[in-house]
Parts: sequence; C-alpha cells; structure tokens
Amino acid sequence: MTTEVTNQEDSMSTATPTRAPHSDVPTGHKSPEGRVGAGLFDPKQLVRSLPDAFRKLDPRVMVKSPVMFVVWIGSILTTAFSFKDPGDWFGWTISAWLWLTVIFANLAEAVAEGRGKAQADTLRKAKTDTVARRLVGDREEQVPGTELSIGDLVVCEAGDIIPGDGDVIEGVASVDESAITGESAPVIRESGGDRSAVTGGTKVLSDRIVIKITTKPGETFIDRMINLVEGAARQKTPNEIALNILLASLTIVFLLACATLPPFADYAGTHLTLVVLVALLVCLIPTTIGALLSAIGIAGMDRLVQRNVLAMSGRAVEAAGDVSTLLLDKTGTITLGNRQAAEFVPVSGTTEAEIADAAQLSSLADETPEGRSIVVLAKEKYGLRERHQGELVGAEWITFTAQTRMSGVDLTEDGVARKVRKGAAGSVMAWVQERGGTVADDADTTANRISEAGGTPLLVALEDDRGARVLGVIHLKDVVKDGMRERFEELRRMGIKTVMITGDNPLTAKAIAEEAGVDDFLAEATPEDKMALIKREQAGGKLVAMTGDGTNDAPALAQADVGVAMNTGTSAAKEAGNMVDLDSNPTKLIEIVEIGKQLLITRGALTTFSIANDVAKYFAIIPALFAAVYPGLDKLNIMGLSSPDSAILSAVIFNALIIIALVPLSLKGVQYRPVSADRMLRRNLTIYGLGGLVAPFIGIKLIDLLISLIPGL
Amino acid sequence: MGPVLAGVLQLLALIAALALVYIPLGTYMAKVYSSDKHWRVEKWIYKGIGANPDTEMRWTAYLRGVLAFSAVGVLFLYLLQRLQGVLPGSLGFAAIDPDQAFNTAVSFVTNTNWQSYYGEQAMGHVVQTAGLAVQNFVSAAVGIAVAVALVRGFARSRTGELGNFWTDLVRGVVRILVPLAAIAAVVLVACGAMQNFSGIHEVGQFMGGSQQWNGGAVASQEAIKEIGTNGGGYFNANSAHPFENPTPFSNLFEIFLILVIPFALTRTFGILVGSVKQGYAILATMGTIWLGFTALMMWTEFAHHGPAFEIAGGAYEGKEVRFGVGSSAIFATSTTLTSTGAVDSFHSSFTGLGGGITMLGMMLGEIAPGGVGSGLYGMLIMAIIAVFIAGLMVGRTPEYLGKKIGTREIKLAACYILVTPALVLIFTAVAMALPTPVNSMTNSGAHGFSEILYAYTSASNNNGSAFAGLNADTQWFNTTLGLCILLGRFVPMVFVLALAGSLAEQKPVPATAGTLRTEKPLFTGLLVGAILIITGLTYFPALALGPLAEGLAS
Repeated sequence: MTTEVTNQEDSMSTATPTRAPHSDVPTGHKSPEGRVGAGLFDPKQLVRSLPDAFRKLDPRVMVKSPVMFVVWIGSILTTAFSFKDPGDWFGWTISAWLWLTVIFANLAEAVAEGRGKAQADTLRKAKTDTVARRLVGDREEQVPGTELSIGDLVVCEAGDIIPGDGDVIEGVASVDESAITGESAPVIRESGGDRSAVTGGTKVLSDRIVIKITTKPGETFIDRMINLVEGAARQKTPNEIALNILLASLTIVFLLACATLPPFADYAGTHLTLVVLVALLVCLIPTTIGALLSAIGIAGMDRLVQRNVLAMSGRAVEAAGDVSTLLLDKTGTITLGNRQAAEFVPVSGTTEAEIADAAQLSSLADETPEGRSIVVLAKEKYGLRERHQGELVGAEWITFTAQTRMSGVDLTEDGVARKVRKGAAGSVMAWVQERGGTVADDADTTANRISEAGGTPLLVALEDDRGARVLGVIHLKDVVKDGMRERFEELRRMGIKTVMITGDNPLTAKAIAEEAGVDDFLAEATPEDKMALIKREQAGGKLVAMTGDGTNDAPALAQADVGVAMNTGTSAAKEAGNMVDLDSNPTKLIEIVEIGKQLLITRGALTTFSIANDVAKYFAIIPALFAAVYPGLDKLNIMGLSSPDSAILSAVIFNALIIIALVPLSLKGVQYRPVSADRMLRRNLTIYGLGGLVAPFIGIKLIDLLISLIPGL
Repeated sequence: MGPVLAGVLQLLALIAALALVYIPLGTYMAKVYSSDKHWRVEKWIYKGIGANPDTEMRWTAYLRGVLAFSAVGVLFLYLLQRLQGVLPGSLGFAAIDPDQAFNTAVSFVTNTNWQSYYGEQAMGHVVQTAGLAVQNFVSAAVGIAVAVALVRGFARSRTGELGNFWTDLVRGVVRILVPLAAIAAVVLVACGAMQNFSGIHEVGQFMGGSQQWNGGAVASQEAIKEIGTNGGGYFNANSAHPFENPTPFSNLFEIFLILVIPFALTRTFGILVGSVKQGYAILATMGTIWLGFTALMMWTEFAHHGPAFEIAGGAYEGKEVRFGVGSSAIFATSTTLTSTGAVDSFHSSFTGLGGGITMLGMMLGEIAPGGVGSGLYGMLIMAIIAVFIAGLMVGRTPEYLGKKIGTREIKLAACYILVTPALVLIFTAVAMALPTPVNSMTNSGAHGFSEILYAYTSASNNNGSAFAGLNADTQWFNTTLGLCILLGRFVPMVFVLALAGSLAEQKPVPATAGTLRTEKPLFTGLLVGAILIITGLTYFPALALGPLAEGLAS
C-alpha cells in the first residue's frame, strides 16, 4: 500500500501558516481605504476626466484609433469650411457636434484610465523613498533604495520598509503587505521554500531578515503595478488589433462610398457640400465601437485589478476568455485547505475510546492542520480533553517529518512504557513489524476502504507491555468547498474542462474528483506531469489556465496560456506567470476566465451595435440629401424627419450622444452569464444586433422632434 | 394558369431539380478533389504541360500557378483575336481592335464574359471555339481550384500546403466540367439549340429586307457558358436568342445549369472540412439570399403598376414572351447572384427596383450561390467577417471551422472585401466626373447613371452581364472595364490564397460548448444579415441615385 499521509506540499507549507488561501468565494476588494475604485460608473468621473479628453486631441494620440482619427480630420475640415462661410449655422452646428464626437470618445478613454490613476496614487504612496541597509561583507551601509542593484543583500528589521523586490535568504519575519494587497493581516516571509519572496514597499512588522535583491529599482512589482493600473504599459491585444483592422477597413469602405458621391450627385443635379459629406461619413464609420474600444480594454484590466488580480499583459486577459482547460489544484481550490479527521475506526479487539485516546496522544506533537483536526475530533466526538505537551511528564515527543511520516509520543504511565505512533499506513506498518508486532488484517482492509472512498487513512499503533500492534485507522477526509460542483457545472456549460491536480494517489483523487464534479484529474502530480498535461492539451489546440505558487510551478506557469501566480508564491513563480493574484486565492481563476469572456463579449456587442446603427442613419440622411432632385427618395424618409438639415443634424447628434450613453456599459462590461455559446449569442444578438438596428430610428426621431421645436428652423 | 402561378411552379421545379442533384454532385466533386488517383488522360496532360501532379504547393506556389496560367490565357486569347483576320474559319471577320481584344481576353479568362462586341458580327468559329469556349472551361476550373484551396486551408492543420494547382485545374475540367457540359449540350440540342459550323445565311424577313444569321457550335458553348457561370453568349442577344435558348424548358434548364455547381460546392466544402452540416449552413445562407432576391424580383416585376403593365400582367418590356415574367425574373436574379452574366431578358428594361435587385445581387460579391468556386470562397470570407464581429459575443476570440480568426486572417479578409467596392465606386465616380464616358449613356437621369454603375459593378465582380443601353465599345470603357475585370478577379484571389495558407498553418481549435456553432440556423441568419448590411451600407448612396431613385419615383 502506498497511501501517503499528506502530499509534500501540504506538509511543508504548514510549517509557516501564511495567509491561508481563502476558502470561500472571493468578494473582491476589502481594503479599508478603498484601494480599488468603485465598480460602478460615476457620472462625476466624466467631468473630472474632461481635461484629459481635451489633451487627447493631440494628433499623435488620435492617430492610434483610425476611426476616431478620421472623425478628427473631418471636424477640422468642417470647421475650416465653416470659417469660409461664417453665416452658415448648419456648418457650425455640425462642426460642433463632430468635435463633441471626438471629445466624447477621448472622454471614454480618459474615464477608463482615470479609474486606474486613483489606484496608482495609492501605490505611489507606498513607494516612498526608502533607505536601504545594504550589507557589504559584515558591514552595513545606508544607501537610497533607488541605488540598489540585483544581487545586493539588504537587512530589514521591524518597522523597516523593504527597499526592493527580493528573496529572503536569512530569517523569518512577519510582513505587512497591505500596500499592495489591501489585506491588513500580516504574512510570514522566510528564507527557503515557497514563501521567500518579498515585495518592495511592504513593511516588516517583526524580526529581522536578510533579503537578496532580485529586481532593478524602477522595474519592481510595485512599479509595474503602477504602470499597469495607469494604463501606461497598455498595449493593444491581438484581438483588439484585429478588430481595429476590420474597423479601419469598414472606415475605408465608407470613405469610398462618401468620397465618390459628389460626382454622382452632380450628375443628379445637386451639389453636396463638404460639411454634409463629412457628416454622412462620420455617421457611417463605426464611431461607436471606435470610440469605446480602448475604454473597453482598459476597463477589462481594471475589473481584474478590482479583484486584486494583476494581468501582466492584456493578451493574457483575452486568452482567459478562450481558455478551454482549467487546471485547478485540489487543495485550497476544490477542497478546503486541509484534510480533516472524520472518524476513528478501531480494528477488532480495540475500542473506539482506545484509538481515540491514542490518536489524540500521538497528534499532540503534530502541528499540521491534519494533526490538529484529530485532536479536535477526539474532543468533539469522544469528549477527550486536549492535553498539553507539558502536562505529560517525561514524555518524549516525536514530531512529524517528511522522512519518517509519523508523529507520536513515548511516555511511561503507571510504570508501563508506551509508544504511540500515528502516520502513513506504510510507515506505521513498518514500525509495527520492526518491533515484532502484527498488523491486524482489518487494519489493511479498512485503510483500503478509506482510500477508495477518497479519504486518507492514517494508522494508529501502540507498543506497550502487550507488544506492538495497530489499534485502528483514522479517516482523514478532504472537504469539498460549498458550491464547487455548481461552479464546475457552469464551466462545463461554457465549454471549459476542469482538471483537478493533486499529489494524492489515483484512488483518492478519483473519489474527490467525483465528489467535486470535475471532469478529469491528475493524481500523484509532479511538476513534470503538470507540464506534460499542459503541453498535451495545447497540442490539441486548447488554451490552458492554471495557478501556482512554488518555484517548481514556474515552468508550467510559463507554459500555460494563462498562468496565475499567487502573491504568496516565490518570485520565480510570479515572474513565470502572466497574472498575479494578490489575494492568493486559486478559486479566482474561474473569475478571471469570466472577466476575459466579458471583455470579448463587450467588444463584440458594441461592434455589432455600431454597425447595425448605420441602417437608420442612411434612412435619415439619403432622403435628406437627394429627395429634392429625386422626390421618390422621400419614401425612404420613414422616420418622417422634419427637414433635410434637421435630419442630418439629428443623425450626427445621435451618433455623438450614443457614445456617451454607452460609456457606462463599456466600463462595466456587458452582463455575463455562464450559459452555452448558442444561448449567449442569441441573447446578445437580440439586444445589440436587433437593438442596434431599432434604437437609432427612435433616437434620431426624438432628436429631430426636439430640433424642430427650435424656432426658425 | 396565370403567369404568377407559372412562375412559382417553375421556381419550385427548379428547386426540386437542384435538391435532387445536390448530394450526388457535391459528393462526387469532393471525391474529385481528394482522390489520389490520376486518370490516364490526365497523366497525358500533366506530361504535356510538364507538371508533377503529386507535389504539394504552398499558397505562394499555388498563386503563381493561377497567375501564370491566367496570364498565358489572356495572351493567347488576345493574339487569337488580333490574328483573326488571317486565321481560317473566321467567317471573314477582321481582327479585333486592341482595346476590345484586351477587354475580351481578360473578360473570358476571368470568368467574367463581359462582351463589348456582337458575337455574330465579330467572332469566327476559331476564336469562339478554340479561344472563348476553352476559357469558359478553364476559367471555371481555376475558380473552383482556388475555392478548394481555401477549403483545404480550413481542413488542414500545421502545414502550409494547399494541394496542387495543376491537378485541381485539370481534374476540374476533365472530371467535372467536360462531362457535365457534354450532357447539358445534348439536352440543349434536343431542345433545339444550334450546333454546327455553318456559315452566314442571308434570310429574308416578312416585312421585306433581309437579315444575316450564322450558325456555330452554339449548344456546346451554351452548356459550359451556364455550367461554368461564364455567361458569354455566342450571339449578342445571349440567352434571349432562340438559337441559344429555344424553349421555356431550355430556359429553366439553363437556370438550373447556372446554379447547380455553386450550390453543390457547399456540400463538397462540408465533406472536405469534415462536417456536412457546415456545408448545409453555407447552403442555407446562399439559398436564403437567392430565394429572397428571386421572390422580391418576381414581386416587383409582376406587381409593377402602370396601365401597360396591368394590361400585360407584368413588366414585359425587354423580356421574351417565350419565357414570361416569372422565369425571366428567376433567370435575372440567378445570373447576377452568380458570376454568370448570361441574360434571357434585358435588365435595363426591368422595373427600376428590379434593375436595382440585379445590381445588388452582384454587389453582394456574387456569393449566393456565386460563381463556380468564387461564390464559395467569397461566402467563406463573409463568414469569417461575420464570425469575427458576432463571434466575440460568445466570449471567445473568433474562430471558424476550428481555426482562429486572428490579426492576419482578418487583415486578409478585410482586404478582400475592400477590392470590389473600391473598383466599382472609384471607376464609376471617375467615369461620371469625366466629360466623355457619360456620352455612352442611352438614357438620361437616374437610369443613365444606372447604366454606368451597372457596367462597373458587373465588371469588378466578374459578372459580365450588361444593363443594355450603354455603348461600352469605346476605348475608355474597354480599358477601364478590362482593368476592373482583371483586378476584381485576381487581387481577391491573392488574398484568398494567402488566407488559405495562413489557415492551413494553424493548429486546430477543438470545438467545445463555448464555441460559436456555425452550423446552426442562428448563424445562418446572422451571416445573411451581415452580408446584406455590410454590402447594403457600402452601395446604398449609389443605389439611391440610380435604381432606387427610379424605382421609387412612381
């Protein structure tokens, strides 16, 4: 039998109970000072961002959005044309609304960026100029934090701000990382292992650590965070680039349609002014999506930041929407952090009370959560008072190690020497047999039964004057988190396969996989196995997302399309992944996928809406332009717009106002529900396709009604 | 039986006939393009042209094949016309002028078959049979080959190889077009179409005076003219001529021939990409548009108001009484929704809106069902665009048939859809702005504008039909229309083949419950909508000043 007590990850990590992974579904940010901006749209932001919107009229900024650049040029042309004919109120009005169109677009982007700026400011506060205590040989010298270079060793003691990103190479300390995570509870950082990474700008609360600097000043985590939330590091994502190309080509098509119109019109016997042509062009090119595209992208990143996830590239956010395989670590993601003792099963000839007593005794020196849960079970179910190590005089405590995989105690009670042991079945059996004892048959069968049921059996053995023998089996159970089964069901509907990764043996793994409702599992997983699994999935064309925190996760994190590193993890893991979760909550992977999808849906919905809008605009403008020469075309004026001028103006005004009207949607994202692609498409097509077709007919008509009320028109 | 009922019954008979051959023909064509055996006659041809039929080509090599073959075709056809005066069997016709010879050569090599000449007064037997008829076969085969290459791009993964152009070309001719044309020619002869090498006859007329008629290999050319969606008539009157299209049955049969390969290719496509359902979705898209246009056309032609129309029971002007309004309407939409351009009635004489429907049909890019091959690849490009816009709405980056539609793919698709609108609109605008081209118009006002708009639409989309009335045999029109024809054919092909190469290199993305289901009616509806809106928006102003202004006037 090869049942193990705990997998390596569990047993090692318990030495320093850092902030345990959240066991509940995360609730987003929780900072007292509101580290991240409000999720909802605040109209005041529009006013605050106005100066930025004007600043963005710079042609070097405008040219980045081909659609809006065309509107910008159009605005200049119509304005210039209006100067030639200053008495023409129509030209001036159109020019004004065209400028407003451009400014509204800039405003959308500025508002999206503005939300990040507040966060950046808070982060900057953390990045105050620190003085580092650099170690040169045994000597300490004071240098500014900005002069550190990679490989420098610095000392930090209680009260010090850590001067730069690095790894603890000596000592243990509790660190306040609230500056970056917004979480006020301190975390433990120690040399060696997977909890060695420290972040510049965080504060040491106790003890003394020596840190080896791993990042150049200016490129630290906090610097990158500032860049990210400010949007300075924002690059267009592949899909955004592709969409821009399509929008540019549609713009060219409409440019052709408008530019070729004057000779047609001249032949028909009417002359089109430049103002009218530009107005037509601006109405036709996809300004709605062109104006909101970058705001949608920034807002998508922002939604991640609000959930305390930092995406190092927009590409990763997009990839998250495409993920078709999720690798989820069992522990902490699917099950509660640790296995818990569920029952004591005595072998024949032993009573439950006896095994409960022995199990408790042997676990007193076991500080692992599993060990604690045994003591708790003994107390709750068998009424055994928890004894303290000190009250047993002369007891020799054997603590759990990864090598022996047993814990226990040697003590003498009433002149009888008793040795109690508890641990992995294999180790305990070996221990009993070494001492010439026998292993009861039913111990083996019980252990097997527990394994098959997905539990972990721990054997309890005793050696006293009656010799060495197995008393019974402790049933350790993984407790699947509430709601996980439903979550996986949703994912399946979205076409995402979940794979549970665990160090458990296949039998145990299978049972938990079934209980949790995941699609597949990888048992006895080594980092190499994980890597192989990712590559296999990718070879089949699938996109894989995973979380990880250890250094040995780094290659797999780098290989995965979406690799979310836990903030508690090593710097190697954080470097390798393309996202960092500041809450270190592996369940968040699911939310990341949803945010990615929401980003893409919002983009598609507004593109569809934008294009569908054009139909109505033609019905407004074409009769206005040509009904005078071809009266039949007035039949196309199905909206019954009052005059040609007001028809054109109404279309232009609608075109501008719809941008502002859709800013909240583009920032908040289209509502996302985990349903199948078919249902999602049907729903979104109805709202944004059909809606986009109908809305402007109503909107333009209403604006026309208002305009026609103005006297003198 | 009233003319409306007759029209509807003919439409139903046509649909039934197309449905009957859809599966066998589509399946057969899929076998033709995936078989690894060569027929003996094919081996002789490969030996003759020095091609190795078993080497795989990347998209660049495939494109080189297409361009080189077509260039040789243009040159040969040009020389043949220029040398007509000294060739035997020329019925005494002189050499064709350089501009017209250029126009005709590119027109036939590109499957356009725009004709600025009068067949019976300009082209002898040799040019007709050795030149024009040959191109009717090979230009059609080139179109199918390019479509098959694109389909292979979807079907294949992690390779840049798209098959062998020479194999696809030769098989298209030998295994598909020649056998089908042979059968069709026999049927047409049986209907009474002409097939001989007779000379010019002087025939006296009832009212006095006389008329010249000449014979020729008409039925055989008629067959491939329709099957290969070519459309270049032996006679100027095209399929309205009784020697080409003698009876109502032959008329319906010719419509069937026009539509049969483009529709059946959707099944070939489905089989080759491993999902016949995907083929049905494309078929449904094409079928919906075709049926919608046809119904609309019948409605506008039958219901048109005005005393003359009401007495006649429909808009009979320009239509053969042999065929009637209904059948002529079906022919007109079928010929303009494919790249055929054959006519059995004169589109210029259709009602204003009816004329607009023929133009819009071409403006859609001739994709419903489109020209042989070109219809399929044009439709697949539109599917890519539709997937890209709407596909995002399911929360994934767009994918079609298991391939990601990324930056490169959308760039190529976007370039493709830019080509014809640019050609049509720019050339029409220039023609309207210049003083001389306008002199070719027979009509004034909106109808006159329609003549020129129609000409450039027809040429750029490789349709070849004319909105009768325009005197196109001028240097300006021969040259500019020739350029439109040439660019409208080969520039899109460059993008299609580049796209095929890019798709073939990708690894496949497996479909999951989160994937946009492109075989469902919802997607078909979406695709129809995208096609109509995108094209409609592009041409709406131009159409408003032509057919709409005219059609809405009354």
